[in-house]
This record gives sequence, C-alpha cells and structure tokens, in this order.
Amino acid sequence: MNHYAAWKNVLIVFFLFILGLFALPNLYGSDLAIQISGSGNYDVSQRDLDKIKDTLSDNGVGFKSISLEDKNVLIRFNDSQTQLSSKAILKDSLTRNYVVALNLAPSIPQWLSGMGGKAMSLGLDLRGGVHFLLEVDMDAVTTMALDRYYNELRAELRKDKLYKKIRKEDNLLLVSFKSEALKNEAKKVIKNDLPDLVIAEGTEQELELGFEISATAQADAKLGALKQNITTLRNRVNELGVAEPIIQQQGTERIVVQLPGVQDTARAKEILGAVATIEFRMVDEKNDVQTAIQSGKTPTGSKIYKFKDGRPLLLKTNVITTGENIVDASSSMDENNQPSVSIVLDSSGGRSMLDTTKEFLGYRMAVVFIENQVETVMEDGVAVKKRTKTQDIINAATIQGTFSNRFQITGLDSAREATNLALLLRAGSLSAPVEIIEERTIGPSLGSDNIQKGLISVLVGFALVLIFMAWRYRVFGLVANLALTLNLITIISILSLIQATLTLPGIAGIVLTVGMAVDANVLIFERIKEEIRSSKNIQKAISLGYEKALLTIADANITTLIASIVLFSFGTGPIKGFAVTLTIGIITSMFTAIIVSRAIINLIYGGKKVEELAI
Amino acid sequence: MSLRSLNIPVIDFVGKRKIALIFSAILLIASIASLGLQGLKFGIDFTGGTLIELGYEKTADLENIRTKLAEAQYEGANVQYFGSDTEVLIQLEPQATSSAKLSSSIIRMLGDGIDVRRVEFVGPKVGEELTNDGGLAMLYALIGILIYVAFRFEYRFALGSIAAIVHDVIITLGVFSILQIEFDLTVLAAILAVIGYSLNDTIVVFDRIRENFLATRHVEPEPIVNEALNQTLSRTIMTSLTTLLVLLALFYLGGEVINSFAGALIVGVVIGTYSSIYVASSMILALGISKEDMLPSEKEKKEIDARP
Repeated sequence: MNHYAAWKNVLIVFFLFILGLFALPNLYGSDLAIQISGSGNYDVSQRDLDKIKDTLSDNGVGFKSISLEDKNVLIRFNDSQTQLSSKAILKDSLTRNYVVALNLAPSIPQWLSGMGGKAMSLGLDLRGGVHFLLEVDMDAVTTMALDRYYNELRAELRKDKLYKKIRKEDNLLLVSFKSEALKNEAKKVIKNDLPDLVIAEGTEQELELGFEISATAQADAKLGALKQNITTLRNRVNELGVAEPIIQQQGTERIVVQLPGVQDTARAKEILGAVATIEFRMVDEKNDVQTAIQSGKTPTGSKIYKFKDGRPLLLKTNVITTGENIVDASSSMDENNQPSVSIVLDSSGGRSMLDTTKEFLGYRMAVVFIENQVETVMEDGVAVKKRTKTQDIINAATIQGTFSNRFQITGLDSAREATNLALLLRAGSLSAPVEIIEERTIGPSLGSDNIQKGLISVLVGFALVLIFMAWRYRVFGLVANLALTLNLITIISILSLIQATLTLPGIAGIVLTVGMAVDANVLIFERIKEEIRSSKNIQKAISLGYEKALLTIADANITTLIASIVLFSFGTGPIKGFAVTLTIGIITSMFTAIIVSRAIINLIYGGKKVEELAI
Repeated sequence: MSLRSLNIPVIDFVGKRKIALIFSAILLIASIASLGLQGLKFGIDFTGGTLIELGYEKTADLENIRTKLAEAQYEGANVQYFGSDTEVLIQLEPQATSSAKLSSSIIRMLGDGIDVRRVEFVGPKVGEELTNDGGLAMLYALIGILIYVAFRFEYRFALGSIAAIVHDVIITLGVFSILQIEFDLTVLAAILAVIGYSLNDTIVVFDRIRENFLATRHVEPEPIVNEALNQTLSRTIMTSLTTLLVLLALFYLGGEVINSFAGALIVGVVIGTYSSIYVASSMILALGISKEDMLPSEKEKKEIDARP
C-alpha cells in the first residue's frame, strides 16, 4: 500500500525535469541591445553584419557581442549610454532599408536556447510601452467607394449614351433615363460589366433606377482599407524604430498597435494617426484673391486656399502632382538653415513636374498640406464622429528653373514638423482616416516598478504560505511546500513554452493560484487526519485521505476552471492576462498537489510500519 | 460515531442560521442601498476619459496643476496624489472632443522634466463595450457554474451555490460602493475571481453534505449539514488563511495599480468563507434537501435492480 510503481516515479521525475528545464531561461537576465532588421522585403545578411561591425569599430564603440538571429542583427551592449550613442551612429550610417531599434535581448546560454528555451515575454505594463487601439473610419471608406463607383458607372453608361442624369444620394447612385428601353439596356450592361453594383430594393421607377454597392463589394472595400492601413502603419512603425512591434487586425474595423519600450508617445500618436499628404498646385496669378473673396465668386478653374496664418491665395484646381507620386522624402536644413524636406518623385510625377516648370517658369507654385482627421465628439450625450479636413498652403515660391523628380520644399514651422512630414510621405498614406479610441501607455519607470513590486509580493506571499504550512502540517506541510514550489516552476515553464505574455494581473493570477493550490493539499491532509482519528490504520488513512479528497478537489477545481475559461473568452486586456495564469495554475496544481505530493509521501511513508504521522 | 467522541469541537452552525440570516440581510440591504443611491465609482475603463500618472522629482504642487488645468478649460479634472506626494494622478472625464491627443497636450502644458508614468485614454464607445463585455462575462460565468453544479449535484445545490455567489458579489460591490473605491477592469477581474473562490469553498462543503447523506442512516437534514460544516471547518479556515496571506502580501507590496484588485479579493474571500458556511447551506436547507434527493433516481434504481 502507498507505493507507486517505479515507472510512475520515473515519469514524474522526467516531467518535472523537462518542465524545470524550460523554466530555466527566466533566470537569465537580458542585455541591452540594438536590433537591426530589414524594412519591407529586405532581409539582413552576414554582409550587413560585417558592415555594421566595421562602422561600430570605426567609431570606437565597444560592444559585448554581435550576431545574426532570425534575420536580425543583434548587438549587445554593457551599458545604456553606449547603446544609445550606437543607435545614433547606426541610424546615420545605414540607409532607410534598415530599421534600427533599441531592444532587450535575453542572455540565455546557447545550449538552452538551442533546445528552444525562451523566457516569458513581458507585457507592456512590465516593460513599458504603448498600446493603441485604432478604429478605421468605415463610413469614409464607403463614401470613397461610392465616389469610385459613381465614376465607373458614368463611364460605363456614357459609352452607349444610356443615361440622362446620375446623382448620389446617401448610399445610392440614382440614374434617370429618357426611355424605358434605355433603362432595360442599362440594367443588362451593369449586370455584366459592373457586377458590384446591384439595384437597390424599391428604387426602380418608370424612368429611374437606384444602384447600391453589393454587400460583398462593400465588405471587400472595408477589408481592403483595413489591410492597406495595417501595411501603412507597419511602415510608419518601422520608421519610428521599434523592436518587436505588434500590429494586428482586431475585429472588422479595428487595429491594435503595441510598441514596447517607446518613450516619446506623443510623437508615436502624431505619426500613427496622421492622414496627411501634400499637393502641388500653380498659383492663379491672373485673378485677385481679395476680389474673389469680396464678390463671393471664385473664378472658374481656381479655388481659395489659406496659409497657416490665414492669408488667402487663389490656386488652380488642376493638381500637378500629389504625395502618392513621392518615392522618397527626407528632412534636412536648407542653405538658410530653414527646415526643409527633400523629395524624390516617381517617373510620372517627375514628368508632370518637368512639364509644369518648363511652361510656367517665373510663376509661383504652391505646396498644400492636407490633413484628414476624425474625432469622436459628444453631441447631446451621444458619441458622434466628426471629420475635419485641413488644407494649408505651406509654401508658394516662384519657379526659378526647371526641375523634374528631385527638389526641396521649405516653409515648414520646425525641424520636428519637417521630420514628421518626411516620414509620413515615405511611409505612404492611410487609405482611410483612423482614430485612436484607446490608449494605454506605461512609462519605463512604472514598468520596472511593477516588475519589482510584483516579484516581491509573489515572493513574500509565497514565503508566508510556506511557513504557515510547515507550522501547521509538519512533514506533510514540507511536502506540500515542495509541491507548491514545483507548481510555481511548472506555471513559469508552461508560460515560457507557450510564450504567453506575463502582465501584472497575470502575476496576480499566479499569486492567487499559490493560495488556491495549497487548498488541494489542505483538503487531503485534513482528510487524512480525520481518517486517523476514526482509528484507521495509518497507511490506510493516507490512502483513503487522498482518495476521498480527490473527488472534492476535482469538483472544486473544475468549477473554478469554468469561471476562468469564461474570463479568458470574454475578457479583454488585463482580465485575459489574469485568466491565462489562473487557468494554467489550476491545471498544474492538480498535477503537483495530488500526484507529485503523493509520490513524495509514498517515498517517505509507503510500505513502512508507521506508528504516528507528523501531520 | 459522533464528532464529539473524536474530540472535535462541534459548533452549531445550522442552529445559528437565523442570526446569520439577519446579518446577511443587513449587509445586503446596506450594499444594495449604497449601490442604488451612490452607485459605484467607475474608473475610466468603463466611463471613458483620460488618466495621467506623473512622477515629480520633488513634492508636487497639486493646486498649481489644478489651476493650470482650469485655465486651459478642461472639464471635470480630478487631481490627487497617488501612492506618494511625488506622484500625481490626473483623471479627466470624457471631454466635448474626446481624443488621445488630450493627454499629450496636458503633459506639454505642465512642463518639462516630469516623468510620465502612465497614460490611459478610453474612448466613449470603448468604455461602453468594456462595460457590456464585463457584464456578459459575469453572466456567462454564472450560467456555466449553474449548469455544472446542477449536473454534478442537484438543482437545489446549484441554487444554493448561486445564492452564495450573488450574496458575495453584491456585498463586495457594496463595499466598493460604500467606500467609493474606484471600480476598474482589474477589480472586475477580482470580482470574477471571487466568484471562483466562493464557489470552490461552497462545493467542498456540498461535497461533504452529499457524502454524509449517503453514509448515515439519519434522515434529519439539519444535523447532517451541521456535521459536514464542522468536518470541513478546519480546511475552510486553513485555505482562507493561506489565500489571505498571499493577498495581504499583494495588497501591501504589489503597488498602487494592483491595490484595489487585492482589496476586492480580500473582501471577497472573507465574505466567501462566511457565505459557504452560512448562506449556501441555509439555502439548501430552506429548499428542503433530503436523503432521497441524494440517492440515485427511481429510474436509475430500477435499472440497478433489474441487473441479475
């Protein structure tokens, strides 16, 4: 009685050994590092590594090690000062094909990482960083799609002169016809050539038809906008230089962006949410802007724009080229020490720029900065989206000579504005405006405070429980303590294996499991005591104690498990982090508190003649 | 064999259940009254708004910060020390224009050299969603538990455990309402953990009641329930104490962010321990549990009898 077969013991030890091994990486700290990766499709190679090594040694920078891991060059440093100065050096020397980011690299020995050993990843609340939830303005996407279909529909029906008039109304395109025959002809044409447009229910009249965008085409347009925005955001984040960013779709219209370790969150906000571009237009020199304002009549082919300080100017409606034709942009200081942005256009943009500057030599050309914004405002207690579009002239200068695809623009307020504009032009524009609807930023100082406090409270709570158990249950208490320690190791090991993210509520979940894992052992021990009191044989008491408590433990834990799985499925953010560790903790505690503790008790008391139990 | 012959002190829990009923009623009425009258002090997770935690090198001048915020015409700003007098927590209600930019402009306005420890912005729509999701999570957890307990035990036990849970949740919420402690997402997680914990305790007692019903020839439910409560008493106390030890460590050492989380759990564990002894068992006694209910049903019995 009370004897486990040898294979059972071996299996338990084997399991614990493996679990212990995978918990091990968490004991090693991490190095300050710089991570260099390729942006876009570019992968860094050994050649890049050699180049970087040379750059650093040319500048006399001492580093701990440099290696190529998972298509990243990782340089480890001994102190943060060298790390920061090296980042500046590398950022200057490397082209924009590379993303240079500060990072923390785990210093796990080769043999361990070779087996796939990884440390738990720390959540933003423990390492510091920003979490954004962005919402794409889907109404704007629908409007844009409707504009596009309006043009296509008109082009399609114009071929055979089928329509009389087309107008937009809400989400409908209303087409009127001269005769019913033409209407039926149009129906056929649209069905074949523009299948994304369907006749809206109840809109058909004798000489009129209403089209709407089909549900699938609308969903496609929305998904397309979402994906396009994710790509643009990824480019922008790369430009910001963030290691291990997370940019993920959430639901059908939201994007989660997590930037660990970002310190300048104000800048991150400016960059991520900005829907900005520039346009180049000629100044209308023939008409006077003041007369246009006073008479309230703008000359045909022109429109009134304003400088940031409010000065009006008449600009031609024809656009020379826009931000979409920009392939590269960088900020610098011009000869007068004014902030400027150097621009490189693609071939079609360059061609039209060349034509324009040739034709209008000596005239003025204006650069217009366009920004779309969406904000939620409260109107009578209801949240409403408010869209604003600002169009400011940043510069209107006389064309001094012809140029095509390379030139500079000036007139920016500050170097920071120039840097941001250059970055936005490089990274591409968002296909639809986005709004930040949730932000959670944890500064680096709070992050390290949280780790420290979390660790201390776990250790102190744990120590208190160990002392209490040893005092109350003596030898059995020590066994329970061993099981509890193994439980903690097992939880850490599994969290590391599945690479779950450890957050502060997650630590709270672990602490709670420690408290609750003891419960299983308490149940067993109290039951054994009871059995001994009813004067059963000691060996029989141990065996019955485990047996009878098992069902109770299972019932109690399964109900708690139901609660924690529900938390996991419906919870968000902190609740989820808590539920993950609680779920894992409940399951592992069943293993350690029942099976492992039994194995140890069996080894101590099993098969021996015991007069009295130290319980 | 009676418990007394085993030198175990026998406490007449069941006999005192009238007193417990009055005690629970008082707590529940106070909680519900407070929840109804002043409600919970919801944090920005649910109301939406902006929260900024700042670290100053020296003692922060709250008046100065308040004046600056008032001058800039921010509505409903709440400025207070957080943990120590070098740390400041600024909370803003949702403004006419809610945007994530708000925090940046406030930080810029307050000047350089301040350590930005935490910024949270929750848009009005998100707050609403989090409230709904939180409520739903609670509801689903209760339904899941109800089904499992009804399936494993009997419907009266399921009702008893739900009664205990509702009792615990209302009183824990009541404490948060009476003391006007901020109720945020982590506190919601704690409340859900309280459900799990309270249930754990209740199930252990129920398990023993069922076992005792099946093991004895007594048919009177009261002494059987009382015996089960006494038998599980030392376990109930031990487990509550170990859990409380850990929670106290969290409460005092875990830092401000985790403080209300630990607080909610401490209240919940104390109430949960009490309710598993008094509320859950009183409920099943009131619902009229008997030995017959514990036995296999008539149909199952026939099947067993029919076996050769």
